[in-house]
Amino acid sequence: MSLFNEMIAREVQLDTRRHFLKTCTSGLGALALATLGCNKGISTDFVATSSPSMPDAISHYMGRAKRVIYLHMAGSPSQLELFDYKPTLNLLHDQPCPQSLLEGKKFAFISGIPKMLGHQADFRQHGESGAWVSNHLPRFSEVVDDVCFLKAMHTDEFNHAPAQLYLHTGSPRLGRPSIGSWVTYGLGTENEDLPGFVVLVSGGNTPDAGKSVWGSGFLPSIYQGVQCRSHGDPVLFINNPEGMDRQLRGQTIEAINKINELEFEEFRDPEILTRIAQYEMAYRMQLSVPQVMDIQKEPAYIHEMYGTEPGKSSFANNCLLARRMAEQGVRFIQLFHWGWDSHGAGESEALNHGFIDRCKEVDQPMTALIQDLKQRGLLDETLVVWGGEFGRTPMMENRGGVTNPFVGRDHHTEAFTMWMAGGGIKGGLSHGETDDIGYYGIKDKVHIHDLQATMLHTLGLNHEKLTFAFQGRDFRLTDVAGKLIKEILV
Amino acid sequence: MKGIFYFCLVFVLSTLLIACYTGDEISYSEEIKPLLNKKCLRCHGGIRSLGGFSLLFAEDALSPTESGKLAIVPGKPRESEMISRIKHTDPEMMMPQEGLPLTDEETSLLERWIRQGAKFDQHWSYRQLDEPIAPSPELKDWVKNDIDSYILDKMEAFDLYPNEPAEAHALVRRLNFDLTGLPPDLDQLKQLTGGNLAQVQIEKIIDDLLKSPHYGEHFAALWLDLARYADSNGYEKDMGRSIWRFRDWVIDAFNRDMPFDQFTIEQLSGDLLPEPTKDQLIATAFHRNTMTNTEGGTEDEEFRTTSVIDRVNTTFELWQGTTMSCVQCHAHPYDPFRHDEYYELLALFNNTQDADIDSEYPYLLEHPDSIMEKMVQTSAQIHLLDKHYPKISKDSVSKASIRKLIFPRLFGDFADDYQDVLINGNGGFSNSAYNSNNQKHKLYYLVFSNINLDSITGINYHYFSRGDDAVIEVYLDDINSQPILRTKMIEPKKKDWDWLLASMAPKSGNHDLIFHFVNTTGDFRTGVVDLKEIELVYNDQPLNKEVRVAQDSLLKLYRRGIKTPVMKERTELLRRKTHIFERGNYLVKGEEVVPGIPDVLSTENESISDRLEFAKWMVSKENPLTARVFVNRIWAYIFGDGLVETPEDFGTQGIPPIHPELLDYLAYRFSNDWEWSIKRLVKEIVMSATYQQSSRVSPDKVDKDPYNHYYSRANRVRLSAEQIRDQALTVSGLLNRTIGGKSVMPPQPDGVWQIVYSSAKWEVDHEEDKYRRGLYTYWKRTTPYPSMIAFDSPSREFCVSRRIRTNTPLQALVTLNDTVYIETAQALGTFMKEHGQGDVREAIAGGYEKILLEIPADQTIEILVQLYTEAVKEEDVTPVLNEDTTTYLDPYTVVANAMMNLDAFLTKS
Repeated sequence: MSLFNEMIAREVQLDTRRHFLKTCTSGLGALALATLGCNKGISTDFVATSSPSMPDAISHYMGRAKRVIYLHMAGSPSQLELFDYKPTLNLLHDQPCPQSLLEGKKFAFISGIPKMLGHQADFRQHGESGAWVSNHLPRFSEVVDDVCFLKAMHTDEFNHAPAQLYLHTGSPRLGRPSIGSWVTYGLGTENEDLPGFVVLVSGGNTPDAGKSVWGSGFLPSIYQGVQCRSHGDPVLFINNPEGMDRQLRGQTIEAINKINELEFEEFRDPEILTRIAQYEMAYRMQLSVPQVMDIQKEPAYIHEMYGTEPGKSSFANNCLLARRMAEQGVRFIQLFHWGWDSHGAGESEALNHGFIDRCKEVDQPMTALIQDLKQRGLLDETLVVWGGEFGRTPMMENRGGVTNPFVGRDHHTEAFTMWMAGGGIKGGLSHGETDDIGYYGIKDKVHIHDLQATMLHTLGLNHEKLTFAFQGRDFRLTDVAGKLIKEILV
Repeated sequence: MKGIFYFCLVFVLSTLLIACYTGDEISYSEEIKPLLNKKCLRCHGGIRSLGGFSLLFAEDALSPTESGKLAIVPGKPRESEMISRIKHTDPEMMMPQEGLPLTDEETSLLERWIRQGAKFDQHWSYRQLDEPIAPSPELKDWVKNDIDSYILDKMEAFDLYPNEPAEAHALVRRLNFDLTGLPPDLDQLKQLTGGNLAQVQIEKIIDDLLKSPHYGEHFAALWLDLARYADSNGYEKDMGRSIWRFRDWVIDAFNRDMPFDQFTIEQLSGDLLPEPTKDQLIATAFHRNTMTNTEGGTEDEEFRTTSVIDRVNTTFELWQGTTMSCVQCHAHPYDPFRHDEYYELLALFNNTQDADIDSEYPYLLEHPDSIMEKMVQTSAQIHLLDKHYPKISKDSVSKASIRKLIFPRLFGDFADDYQDVLINGNGGFSNSAYNSNNQKHKLYYLVFSNINLDSITGINYHYFSRGDDAVIEVYLDDINSQPILRTKMIEPKKKDWDWLLASMAPKSGNHDLIFHFVNTTGDFRTGVVDLKEIELVYNDQPLNKEVRVAQDSLLKLYRRGIKTPVMKERTELLRRKTHIFERGNYLVKGEEVVPGIPDVLSTENESISDRLEFAKWMVSKENPLTARVFVNRIWAYIFGDGLVETPEDFGTQGIPPIHPELLDYLAYRFSNDWEWSIKRLVKEIVMSATYQQSSRVSPDKVDKDPYNHYYSRANRVRLSAEQIRDQALTVSGLLNRTIGGKSVMPPQPDGVWQIVYSSAKWEVDHEEDKYRRGLYTYWKRTTPYPSMIAFDSPSREFCVSRRIRTNTPLQALVTLNDTVYIETAQALGTFMKEHGQGDVREAIAGGYEKILLEIPADQTIEILVQLYTEAVKEEDVTPVLNEDTTTYLDPYTVVANAMMNLDAFLTKS
């Protein structure tokens, strides 16, 4: 931590403790927040009280979005089977790829001269905006007027792990804080009984880059994402051991805290007060986390809407959980759904098999999420983002120079589609264009750093000013790049 | 706000002090440099030098700028363009253009500095160390050693006074944690008389602890964060890596008190020492802790380069407290390091053989006795078959001796050098690569040095290929000469592994044999050849079949050894050239550079050409940074914070020390009188009265010195992730004290490991291995052990100089509910029950004393007895309410669980 960051952190601790000492009656729970980095974000409180010697660290504007729900499709779905309709590509189907597209390019698996692959889907326009959506997402095509498509996304990394890290941490190497950590570092959380940054995983695997995509890097560990799970403990270690019920746990914590108060009387170390508060908070979380994770009590029509089955670990359940957490004021809700790497090397990852299954798994729940947020008046203040870590090639993959038994496409960095909805983003918009075969972006290209800058902006954070000093440098999510996509902002 | 106020006050006061001390002479490094960093260097520093003006180096600052004017004219502020621009009233002309203008005081400071001659003195941390002279504070009786003189001198200046000495139990507990990472045994404490301890008693305790084998474990935990040690290799697949022998080497080195200079040289360059021992090779695994990317389709050269860059950054952060990572892309923004100097350092590390290949070759294999014996037996068998083969003994088992025994067969894992060839763990090798489009840049070489070629008549390849486009060329001694043999590796007719014999004219003498694999078409399939081995044929005689069979079993045994990736320098044949990477991009190569060290750190024109010379320079008298940085790390490990609060940054952006004289005193003694003995350094620190104070805090002291910068009390510090686990295991009597060995997998919640493309599983160790110290827990980078990460242990992808201590509810959940903390509570509960013999108060008091080493206050006992009573009620009620589940926690377990969550227990006081 730099001197500045350290000063801020310590100042908050001292102030809160002094406050506690003066007004002991206000209860212990309140002071948990400062050290947890909840509630009070850096931005709201510190700027106002900063001394002239402090840099104007995080300047503020009113963000329209209060929170983010990020739906990451790990493995990267094919934009050419979902949103990016290219009639020319169909005409070129099965023809050898022109040499000009291959020169100087790096692919993960394509070698030699691959053939072009036409759409493995039927496209139609939908809604008033006339957005192109394929037959694989029938439900989603009903909500396109709430959605803004980014059709000329591009990235620099063509392998999964580095590309996922790039997207979520701004750097392709391990060790940087994830966007959810940056956001909770900047804004804190609105609910003192729940973590500010929650992660939900479905599809049977964590993303390729592991838990680093929700790690806090060099930010204090209080900002790291907390994984909530449908199997086992909803949060690690949240369940009491067998034979210890909630009442007895409460009595245990009460005893611990009473003795800790005696300890404080003796040593006057303010850290003891923080610990007292954190034990109370842990006790509240033991109740609030299982409550928010329990979807049983949702009405039948909601289950029908999302296609949820309580007790299972599915993308549908996670979408519903995301809505419940959004309602509870969780700041950053990160979903990962695994299995989109459609190379066609096997049935489960073929565009004509596994890919279609994945589409079925996400179509209904992600549509329901948008509709549900909207009907509760939450969509305006919740930014929903959907996409993979890169796109897929217009060519058919020919791993090792042979034609695959199944149809697939290789990794592609130059062009892919993402969509955003709600929280300060215009609906019914399609931003950016690719060339006739969907190979390169030709208009309004958006780099992933631009996406990050824009996401932070909708939350009221300036990506150039949200910094943290580490190893002698002020680091930021967007490194030295990133520009706002002004055209899509409300 | 009060804290900030005091901080500023302290800062201003200390600046004033320094100003008084130096008379009217203005100090560049203390007064001018911080001002320039704040207001000027953004545009006139290492990243940008607008108007042709940069203040980073004196020679640049004093040279004419683009306009031809001199920004600084020493002695003449009025003629200095810098001053006139700062004072300019036209906003177009006034400096700085970005950010706040300079205050009048700041401007006048600059003017005075220029008038005095604009002297650029050296930054404090680069200055040479001089023989220290300790101050003489007033309260002499308190002083136990020189550390106290320095501390007390400052304390008195700020009207603070030291605390009373810590009580015996608190001091003994503190000493045990600081020297071994484990709590003391109550019986050990009880042998001491009550009240305060005499210094002789304390010294005896310290000496005993320094001799404990757990001392090395505790200090290894510090070093392993810095060395980014982990049991997996990172990135997507994050496969297991066998490198725990390095961890054990570190423990052993600390236990033997290996002098820090030797400790440094062996880790950075053990492989370059004359006839290195196995231990010295294992030491070099320090820099093999970089990550290896085994994800499909990744470019090995890219990730090899990433590793080399990390080695430079880690070396500089760890030994020099210097943040080098900025200099990858441009000159350092604030410190005097030039862009090309970074690549001179990179050149020192750029010539090792490791190349991001999956098998992590080169590695050292070590063999347990059982395998060693069998290898000796097999060698005897080979010798019996053919007397030309030497017999080996257990002492002479080495890669070189095995290579003689398997001659004339050549395997990848016995090669002396290689480039781009993939070498697998079975010694096979190939020119395969995921990406055919990258093949053009590759040059597949495999080198075997010093091979006797008298009467050689052919080379027999055991190979497989899927086409006819691969060719193997053979060169002697020089890759630029004409190949002596060129063999097309046609697809075997039986579509399976086959032999291909290429005849050649006999040569004489010993030569370096270089195999070059050529993919003639660049095709991903047809131009690739896989080889199992190459057999050299002498006098047209194939190898005796029985010898071959015996050799195969020898190889099998050899490859079963414990593997440790090590550093190995490339041969002259394949020496890499190092270029500057423009803007840090490895594909955009600029000028070639030769190895060297940054100018600002070198006192003479040392010529440093390899890692060994570099390591020796690091621990030489010419380099005072090394000792300063290291003593600060040890101080921080013991006190919780360093004398320099930014152990990772001793540059101008770091926090300057409040006790620079003390830091220099320790650094001087450590690198001179104490001959780099870490135990001596540690002993000096813990023998001081400063260290032995009580940790009680008075409101007055909090107000005057909230962060205890002046050490008028001991710090209360939460125990580290490892210590929290180790303490629970120790006090409950469950700890397995075995030292070293393979990393272990204690229980963790199901479903934590869900890693793609990997069948790796968390195989829970049962029985004793379940209760090993935290240090031995299997460390997987992408999925670290959850209860350790909750207590701020890093994931060890990069060098971490300090763990940021947090205090969160997730930590509470770990110590309340994680299985190991329930099991330890059960064990402690059982002890309490036996100890109390039916007397609840006695049981509770005994348990409390056992883990916290003092008799609890009556109030504390009351609270715990009440909890016990509630738990008993629960026990009575639960089985009745729910007859199916008769599981309930023993009331003593409940009480033990509470006691083991007390702040006093989790904190080093």
